[in-house]
Amino acid sequence: MFSKKNRALLTDPLDDNNPITVQVLGVCSALAITVQLKPALVMTLSVVAVMGASNVIISLLRNLIPNRIRIIVQLVVVASMVILVDQILRAFAYDVSKQLSIFIGLIITNCIVMGRLEAFALGNGVWKSFLDGVGNAAGYGFILIIVAFFRELLGSGKLFGYQVIPDALYEMGYENNGLMLLSPMALITVGVFIWIQRSRNRKLIEKN
Amino acid sequence: MNRDSNSYTFLFATVMVLVVASTLAFTASSLKSLQADNVRKEKMQNILSTIGIETDREQAETLYKKYINVTLALDHMGNPDDTVDAFQIKLNNEIKKPVEEQRFPVYKAVVENISYYIIPLRGSGLWDAIWGYIALKSDINTIQGAVFDHKGETAGLGAEITQQWFMDRFKDEKVFDDSGQLVGINVSKTNNDPKDTDKDDHEVDAISGATITGDGVTDMIKERLAHYIPYFEKEKNAVATIN
Repeated sequence: MFSKKNRALLTDPLDDNNPITVQVLGVCSALAITVQLKPALVMTLSVVAVMGASNVIISLLRNLIPNRIRIIVQLVVVASMVILVDQILRAFAYDVSKQLSIFIGLIITNCIVMGRLEAFALGNGVWKSFLDGVGNAAGYGFILIIVAFFRELLGSGKLFGYQVIPDALYEMGYENNGLMLLSPMALITVGVFIWIQRSRNRKLIEKN
Repeated sequence: MNRDSNSYTFLFATVMVLVVASTLAFTASSLKSLQADNVRKEKMQNILSTIGIETDREQAETLYKKYINVTLALDHMGNPDDTVDAFQIKLNNEIKKPVEEQRFPVYKAVVENISYYIIPLRGSGLWDAIWGYIALKSDINTIQGAVFDHKGETAGLGAEITQQWFMDRFKDEKVFDDSGQLVGINVSKTNNDPKDTDKDDHEVDAISGATITGDGVTDMIKERLAHYIPYFEKEKNAVATIN
């Protein structure tokens, strides 16, 4: 069940095959929701749930789905999962659902979700597809949380909404960097991460 | 069966749509009452928090009944319309009507013998609707508290209007100037008063990166309050007669 191959499905997306830093998918939402850690974390959990579930469903149906409308079928599955998550949160976890507002709906537009359905779940068994979905969602969330950590820390001086930079430092003239709150800095933070990742993991560097 | 034939494709699509539609419809309708109840209690929570009463959602209904003793739906001349339940008014729909047909809800609260006027607000932010409540003290000028909420403002920027520190800036600001003209509260980028110590300048400090949302708040407060001026005049006169 957790053979070496299956474990790789979970761990590869964290580094060698990271959806954001290597495949450059899902960057749009990585820019939008990394201003603070909390939404980034809840988004990660929601994407894990949606990707795990939709990969399983598509994998179960993979021998039934007509080839010509497979993209539409994938879209319908992802969209219904997202709506279900949204409705359930609204009824039972109203505060979390408010916190996430439009982000839940944005999961549909996340290229990673459809990308994994098309590239993996359509051709692999249920358990493997589940691991692949969860692994990729975790790889996505891992970057989200790192970026959100630096943006919230340097942009607002807080982590999870709690102030961590001491008042004394502000009195000495330290200022939060408002630029960190804007989207371009998310791109630059991701860029710096890619730089660090590739200088550490040389096989990712393209040869030409 | 041939998976690539037209009839199979149609059959698959039809079955899929039926299954998905009924699942979603079933979920939505079975959760609807729970969701509506959350929204209703949240509204009570918001109204209460403008007058400084913080409560969780469970307690909201009891406390609402305790403190909010008058709810009125006013017409544009400031006369109450008894045929309309003010709590049920959806400003979203009202705002689209001509002013003469709109009804303006006002909630009167009494806390420890001090009365407050709570006015619901609604306007536009950068992406979508923003709304809130503003409570005026019995002088019908000084703000007791304000609450804002939004549908889809950018997290970390425009969405910060829902943060306590932003809403606290409105406390004790005045909405009318010395000559009695309505000026509202300007969410200003240039007020040179980041700590909001000056409570007579009709300005609060804006949020960096949220200029359009901030302007939306400014416009919303002024636009909404303007409709209540006839009612405020009546209330002030009534108080003056009693005295």
